Amino acid sequence: MPPRPFTLIKAALFLVCLGPLLDLTYGVIADTLGANPIEALTRGLGDWALRFLLITLAVTPLRRLSGAAWLLRLRRMLGLYAFFYALLHVLSYVWLDQFFDGAAILKDVFKRPFISVGFASFLLLIPLAATSTNTMIRRLGGARWQALHRTVYAIGLFAVLHFWWMVKQDITQPALYAATLALLLGVRVYWAVLPGVVGNIIHRS
Amino acid sequence: MLIRRPADTLPSEITPQAIYRDRREFLRAAGGLALAGGLGLTSDDVAAAKLANTRPGPYSTGEEMTSYKNITTYNNFYEFGTDKADPARTAGSLRQRPWTVQVDGLVRRPGSYDLDALLKLAPLEDRIYRMRCVEGWSMVIPWVGYPLHELIRRVEPLGSAKFVEFTTLADRAQMPGVHAPVLHWPYTEGLRLDEALHPLTLLAVGLYGETLPNQNGAPVRIVTPWKYGFKSAKSIVRIRFVEAQPESSWMRAAPREYGFYSNVNPDVEHPRWSQAKERRIGEFTKRKTLMFNGYGEQVAQMYSGLDLRKFF
Ligand code: HEM
Repeated sequence: MPPRPFTLIKAALFLVCLGPLLDLTYGVIADTLGANPIEALTRGLGDWALRFLLITLAVTPLRRLSGAAWLLRLRRMLGLYAFFYALLHVLSYVWLDQFFDGAAILKDVFKRPFISVGFASFLLLIPLAATSTNTMIRRLGGARWQALHRTVYAIGLFAVLHFWWMVKQDITQPALYAATLALLLGVRVYWAVLPGVVGNIIHRS
Repeated sequence: MLIRRPADTLPSEITPQAIYRDRREFLRAAGGLALAGGLGLTSDDVAAAKLANTRPGPYSTGEEMTSYKNITTYNNFYEFGTDKADPARTAGSLRQRPWTVQVDGLVRRPGSYDLDALLKLAPLEDRIYRMRCVEGWSMVIPWVGYPLHELIRRVEPLGSAKFVEFTTLADRAQMPGVHAPVLHWPYTEGLRLDEALHPLTLLAVGLYGETLPNQNGAPVRIVTPWKYGFKSAKSIVRIRFVEAQPESSWMRAAPREYGFYSNVNPDVEHPRWSQAKERRIGEFTKRKTLMFNGYGEQVAQMYSGLDLRKFF
């Protein structure tokens, strides 16, 4: 794709990704988030962190299926948005849910499995965000950078578990996210082992 | 007797005018939404009927009441969906009449009570109670009803009756949430007989001086303000007196998380979250949760000698 339209696409995507934040901000100001706006805000931010994570994980399969290599150049921004929404989600928990009560937060992190895995997911996101610049990629070297960024699969797994273990009884929502993640990771496994399997069969026959 | 609320009802004694206005604006909005949604409801259908001749009852808190809008749009009533915004949208399909509550089991005088009989059984009282949800939020709700013991006394429980089980309606035709197997239907809850007889325990038929909106458990429900909200069974169709401790729907779903007693207790945490604090709906910061939701003076003696960590 020529550079000019690509820059436009990228700028448009940047604004679109801000949409959920604007929507939630409007909800808080206009008081349209229901009886418990703080819960709705925390959850909304968590939802979008997970959605952007899955969207980021969808880029590679989509590129492979469509052959549109330029898609790959949008991945960093999508991944950073996942981190951005996760950061806001965690901030809303630390501030609006716990009011900076360090002891209560520590207790949550160590005693409540759903918070523990959410915390693990967020911790693992930090180095990925920190090494997202070109300089860092160069400094780490492609192979090491790629190895590091494979932790995104674990991050996705932890985030889905976080949601699954949080819900009281109705697991429909987390199950949908889990299925999406399974699909996105499944195609990678499939593509990774397929040549080997095919190769083996050819080799043996 | 039920009197349809005239257009220019005066604010009842227990309801500050601002809240009444807020409520009426909400009803208009709800009616508008329903119309927009193509449900063909007018605000008249949505509006509840005024309950006449209620009188102030004991145990009311003077705390600021949660707005009618918040009480009626933030509900855990899984028969109408698992999102707390669901019941306000979907509970319109519940038919409040005819309605009968079967009272049976270990009683000398079992019977079937229709709604009008229940409404006339005892004088209706206004009771403003705190409500603490197991999820960590709370409200202050002006109920209308009378103590459940009024009904229990009339059916004369046998000496062998130790527990009371409440059953909620589970009608797929009226309750879209019953299609999903999220809980064991019909929803059942239970109390020890002495808890059911406690003067705090209400058979509630109204809210803010009017009949209960569907999403709040219309037309008749239980209210036990010192227990987590889910213990207060909604839209009940059966009250059964039994000898053995009944197993409630939530105990069956997650026995480690929901015990039979489920008394509000800041020291016994839910396995997945703390119960030490709560957010009062409408407030920004959280407040400390009180033992027995602040009703310890009235109810604590019922549990003396009981290990509340074990019998949570
Ligand atoms: C330190 C890390 C984290 C903490 C302490 C945390 C805390 C929480 C809490 C307390 C809730 C429940 C909110 C409520 O019911 O009021 C929640 C929900 C959620 N969180 Fe997190 N979280 C963390 C990290 C993450 C991360 C990294 C993601 C995604 C990438 C995430 C995604 C979600 C989702 C999807 C929900 C469910 C929202 C819903 O109910 O729709 N969280 N989180």
